[in-house]
Amino acid sequence: MSVLIFVETTEGKPKPSSLEAVGYGAKVAEMLGTQAVALVLGEAQELEKLGNYGASKVLHVADSRLNTGVIQAYSSAIAQAVEKENASVLVLAKSSLGDAVAARVAGRLKAGLASNVVDLPNLSNGFVVKRSIYTGKAFANTAINSERKILAIKKNVYPVTPTSNIATVETFIPTLNDNDFVAKVTNTEKSTGTISLPEANIVVSGGRGLKGPENWGMIEELARVLGAATGCSKPVSDLHWRPHHEHVGQTGVKVSPNLYIAIGISGAIQHLAGVNSSKCIVVINSDPEAPFFQAADYGIVGDAFKVVPKLIEAAKKL
Amino acid sequence: MKILVCITHVPDTTTKIKFTADGTKLDSTGVQFVIGPYDDYALSRAVELKEQFGATVTVLNVGTAETEPSIRKALALGCDDAIRIDAEPTDAFFVAEQIAHICKQNNYDLILMGRESIDFNGGQVHGIVGELLGIPSFSPVMKLDIEGNIAKMAREIEGGKEYLEAPLPLVLGCQEPIAEWKIPNMRGIMSAKSKPLRVIPPTNPQELTKSLSFELPPPKGACKMIPADEAEKLIELLRTEAKVL
Repeated sequence: MSVLIFVETTEGKPKPSSLEAVGYGAKVAEMLGTQAVALVLGEAQELEKLGNYGASKVLHVADSRLNTGVIQAYSSAIAQAVEKENASVLVLAKSSLGDAVAARVAGRLKAGLASNVVDLPNLSNGFVVKRSIYTGKAFANTAINSERKILAIKKNVYPVTPTSNIATVETFIPTLNDNDFVAKVTNTEKSTGTISLPEANIVVSGGRGLKGPENWGMIEELARVLGAATGCSKPVSDLHWRPHHEHVGQTGVKVSPNLYIAIGISGAIQHLAGVNSSKCIVVINSDPEAPFFQAADYGIVGDAFKVVPKLIEAAKKL
Repeated sequence: MKILVCITHVPDTTTKIKFTADGTKLDSTGVQFVIGPYDDYALSRAVELKEQFGATVTVLNVGTAETEPSIRKALALGCDDAIRIDAEPTDAFFVAEQIAHICKQNNYDLILMGRESIDFNGGQVHGIVGELLGIPSFSPVMKLDIEGNIAKMAREIEGGKEYLEAPLPLVLGCQEPIAEWKIPNMRGIMSAKSKPLRVIPPTNPQELTKSLSFELPPPKGACKMIPADEAEKLIELLRTEAKVL
């Protein structure tokens, strides 16, 4: 038996959310009295360091065809790794790739899948996980009754402190056939040099209160000095002031950073749904009646064009 | 071309969620149920493809009789016929099995649905259906064009888009801006009443997960207000008090 953790990489390095997943998976393995095995697909480096996060072994599929996420091939390789390691639990971090792959692996292995998991499983009576539902408006305690279980965890669920432990790295060659590569990725457009929104520890978001896309300079500047990702409200992406992948909310990206700073966003229930699992929420709005203040930890009632430059100056001194 | 669109029947996005006193199910008093917003995009794209290629579009829902207003709305938008699998959709694998069972009898070229339902947000059903049918599945798909037997798609990824091509048949989880949302017109609403809606009992009910109880997040403490002319103090508080910087 084992707990298998699928580690997603970007440019050959594990994504931070996947490191958290390894830590979470290692803890689940400890609870089950077994070992944690990490799985990395595609060419990647320094995999022994996944031991720092609790993996005792790393399975590495060093196949260059898997350097970018190919949903079917990934699903096939992961399902084979689950069987090879006789894993009772598969853990992965939620992402556009992780979600798509987890579902296929669940279908293939007839494994119960819980998505948006926010806590360690409760093993006192079966295998029960707490997961976020209604886009963060509520939680469900869900029993997974199948023999194999898949958990897709939300960011910031299980902070892990790295150790100096080293994992053994083992090459794994799954059987992949042409059918696994029938879909072709023809191009990828990705904003470079910026921090990915779902991975970010800090998010600075702007709303219609900023009056126009030309005013996003100060949002980007504040994000830059804080090491944050930029987000926006739905009206802003609907107006094409910002790209759709920055839209935070019920029908956009759901985030759970340590710090969420909302500037000029009134806080419609659909926006709150996408951010309410953030650890700390700051709201800056000229309207003292903005509903967002009720969901905030810190608030400033004021003109964003005066407040934000002050924050940038103060943050530069950190 | 034959298209199947699978829809959910879920509380409107503005709903304030509450549960029954024993915490075992949603308190649906006063809740407005709608077609899932992501499913609406799938429906709209299907209707556009029908106009472009003369496809037939079947709408499917796994749900109890309460979901029929949503099914009729889908028919009013331009779907040709409807199937309701008469069961509570509480587990993704169970729902996917129902859909796959219908697909095996019908040879659909495209199976479209929303990227996720907005109640349980699992985002699993499209992938499981793809696997059960042995065909590719993609999500979240924000652009879809059909050229002959090939689907050309864009999938949203963190910080950008991934462009993909794959042969039909396919299962896709859809999201904006794959199509413009449509509003049914009067003729659509009238004709929807007479379009066929088949109600079928579920097959092989197999549930891999079961939600035992529900809860709301703990109430938020008071918001600490900082005067605008002392805005810089916020940074200090975030560092020393909230410890998030």
